[in-house]
Amino acid sequence: MNDDGHSMLAPASDAASSIATLWWLMLGIAGAVFVLVIGLYGYAALRRRGDAASDDDDPASMRRAQRLVLLGGGVVPAVILVGMTALTIVTLDRLLTEHHGSEADVEVIGHQFWWEIRYLGSGAVTANELHLPVGRPTRVRLRTADVIHSFWVPRLHGKMDMTPGRTTELVLHPREAGTYRGFCGEFCGLQHSLMGLLVIAQPPDRFAEWQQAQARPAEVSTDARVAIGADVFARADCGLCHAVRGGARSTPPADVGPDLTHVASRRTLGSATVPNTVQHLRQWIIDPHRLKPGVRMPATRLPDEELDALVAYLESLR
Amino acid sequence: MSAAGPAAIAPSDAIRAALERVWGRERSFVGALSAVNHRAVATRYMVTAAVFFVLGGIQALVIRTQLAQPGLEVLGPEAYNQFFTMHGTTMMFLFAVPMMEGIGMYLIPLMIGARDMAFPRLNAFGYWVYLFAGVTLYLSFFVGNGPDSGWFNYVPLAGKSFASGSGIDFWVTTITFLEVAALVAAIEIVVTVMKLRAPGMAMHRVPLFVWSQLVMAVMILFAMPPLILASLMLGLDRMTGTHFFNVGAGGDPVLWQHLFWVFGHPEVYIILLPALGIVSSVVTVFARRRIVGYSLIVLSMIAIGFLSFGLWIHHMFTVGLPAMGLTFFAAASMMIAVPSGVQIFCWLATLWLGRPSLKTPLLYVLGFVFVFVAGGLTGVMVAAVPFDWQVHDSHFVVAHFHYVLIGGAVFPFLAGLHFWFPKVVGRTMHEGLGKLAFWIVFVGFNITFFPLHQLGMEGMPRRVYTYLPETGWGFLNLVSTAGAYLLTLGLLLVLWNVYRSARSGASASANPWNADTLEWSIASPPPVFNFAEIPVVHDRHPLWSAAAPDDAPELVGLELIDLERPRRETLATTVLDAQPASRRVLPGPTLWPMALAASVAVLVIGSMIDLWFVAIGAVLTIISMIGWLRPPRREALP
Repeated sequence: MNDDGHSMLAPASDAASSIATLWWLMLGIAGAVFVLVIGLYGYAALRRRGDAASDDDDPASMRRAQRLVLLGGGVVPAVILVGMTALTIVTLDRLLTEHHGSEADVEVIGHQFWWEIRYLGSGAVTANELHLPVGRPTRVRLRTADVIHSFWVPRLHGKMDMTPGRTTELVLHPREAGTYRGFCGEFCGLQHSLMGLLVIAQPPDRFAEWQQAQARPAEVSTDARVAIGADVFARADCGLCHAVRGGARSTPPADVGPDLTHVASRRTLGSATVPNTVQHLRQWIIDPHRLKPGVRMPATRLPDEELDALVAYLESLR
Repeated sequence: MSAAGPAAIAPSDAIRAALERVWGRERSFVGALSAVNHRAVATRYMVTAAVFFVLGGIQALVIRTQLAQPGLEVLGPEAYNQFFTMHGTTMMFLFAVPMMEGIGMYLIPLMIGARDMAFPRLNAFGYWVYLFAGVTLYLSFFVGNGPDSGWFNYVPLAGKSFASGSGIDFWVTTITFLEVAALVAAIEIVVTVMKLRAPGMAMHRVPLFVWSQLVMAVMILFAMPPLILASLMLGLDRMTGTHFFNVGAGGDPVLWQHLFWVFGHPEVYIILLPALGIVSSVVTVFARRRIVGYSLIVLSMIAIGFLSFGLWIHHMFTVGLPAMGLTFFAAASMMIAVPSGVQIFCWLATLWLGRPSLKTPLLYVLGFVFVFVAGGLTGVMVAAVPFDWQVHDSHFVVAHFHYVLIGGAVFPFLAGLHFWFPKVVGRTMHEGLGKLAFWIVFVGFNITFFPLHQLGMEGMPRRVYTYLPETGWGFLNLVSTAGAYLLTLGLLLVLWNVYRSARSGASASANPWNADTLEWSIASPPPVFNFAEIPVVHDRHPLWSAAAPDDAPELVGLELIDLERPRRETLATTVLDAQPASRRVLPGPTLWPMALAASVAVLVIGSMIDLWFVAIGAVLTIISMIGWLRPPRREALP
């Protein structure tokens, strides 16, 4: 699934920009220090001195040497580091001021190995695909359903942990529309590697449209095959883990696996692992471990026609 | 400066013969196992740690192979998680700390003019504990059931509900057990440095390497207890159902992080400090002049030791702790760069004022400066909280700490290896091969780890067994993996050089480098009793002082042996001024330390399997302690 990048060096928000600026400043300072120290060492090690060079320790030259050491190794670094500490505090302050204020807009809940996303105002629930309006700050509340995860979308912000027993917050404020890949930033078990997500920043009107659509219950299709598929969904116990809100086959709220009410509208399957195509959906149902070893979903053996119906049903959930 | 050193008046043959007799041991398998002499134990430590380094290195190479391209299947996720857990655990607990302690055990008595360490049997006990713990941990790995939650074992992932196998139980048990060995060695080093220095070696004349070991040992005494406590609590949570870290029952997973990093951050400096000591030794000898800023270096090391206990939160910047605390720890984490900077400039001034001789050990020291300064600078960067939020737990951090740990510990270790090899083995290493290996190691290292900075900033998290092709990380990963193979080649060359030099290198004189400290005043390899006469020290660089100062007595050595009743003896001196205080009688070879270590191993490791082992182990422990403490028979008494 292609995206518009995931490098912290290509910031798409003011927060990520100020961190990138901090990085470039620090790189400049560190680069200068490195070149200077290595240059001095190179000169000291390689310059030719006659064997007759004096090596007795006359107190005056020793004192000079020690003063140089204190200045070069102590005072100058201390001054530089105080400056870098100041830079750190200024940047931190800038990042945190956005955090003061209102209630959270979205809750992102880490699971082994996917992201549950709940829009607190509208009741829209989705997974692994966080939509955000461009040009407006969105307060994201982070928590976990099991182990520690860490929410990280490098182009928008630094990472923040999701620790059992705590909630944390981030403010995401994308400047430009785009699709930004995110990652789990804390080792969380077998499939930490492919626990990705997509953040889709949209113009506010498109975002509002999307949110309304996601908040609606599933539409009941009249197609016969879809109806069979809905039956299969119920008989195969999919609803034990997955919720489909509304519709003829409304299932009780379940959040063990992603909410599937509008699964067909999503771009990826398996936490931004593969594009959401019919082929991948089939593979995912039969043997999710082929695509993503260690995933919590069990393989489901179904006769071909039932599988087709189930896929048709899921594809109808737009 | 003169190469002559204290004019050695050869001790009589009778004295040497008597010393040989009391310090010698049977040339047999049991004799080898029962040796408690510091060099015998230290050699065991170093060889064992080297074996673990090879194992950890093989794991690293497999890890890098798996990551060479997206979607490879060299390792599945289960195996990969065990591999990186074992790699971290091995390198930190089974290689770095024991290796540094082993080098210290070998060199400290030689450098301070003692015949052995303070508690030789305790030394031996520590080694067996280390060996049994390491082997047990590897047993779990070799049967495919190794720990898989990372060397940091964050709960709840490492708790029973998410890691139901016994891998973590093995980790918790063996690491708790292993730290007993680290503590024992630390006590040993502290007491030896404080009490067994040669007369005249006042604190301001102690070699910098010995200072570094002293600071390291004191740090171990304070850093290991939190780890032992934490792993005990995790073990109890897992095996007996307590709830220290269980949120549902009022526990807190963040408590684990605090306890682990209160240990974990000083741990990094515990590994670094003795390496800095090696660097100071090598710089002095190969700059061919007295070190500039001796007191500054000592104070810097002590400052690092203190400060390193106040930085641990920088491993937890992303937990969501209050901002005020974050800025405090950010400032502290940056400021620890100052004492390191002071040392870097002391060595620079020493080289500047000296006549550097670019032999292999000095090359490794220069490589260390290059790599360690780069790692230190990225360390300052990750101390900047907002930047850390981006790169925390990404490959940037992997790059950073490999620069600091390989740069700060392995390069100095290799410098020390080439430097002290002639003393230990009695043969010199091949210089050309040494230099070639250095360049391959240096270049290979940088190719392996430099690209990881970039990968981390491009979003590649740590501890991932694979990644998607569309992330675009494939090329830099391939470069890194190629570098890893080059680095391995360099290390194999070092190993080959060690092997062939030990077999057929030119034999080494007592002081082939014209070095300054006491270990170079005796034969290479040293006799079993180290010093026939306990040397008397008047100078910080004893072998470089032309003679004793005018006001000092003409004494250059103390004959410390009673020819009527020869015993293992060394001289105890006062703590600050090293004035002779008493004669210490030291124990000879015995198997009881091994028996005690085995008994405690039955108790601790068996507790995972069945509580009956605790009872059996306790009985065996008591028996072994009685055996250990039983005085020798009267006729054997000196």
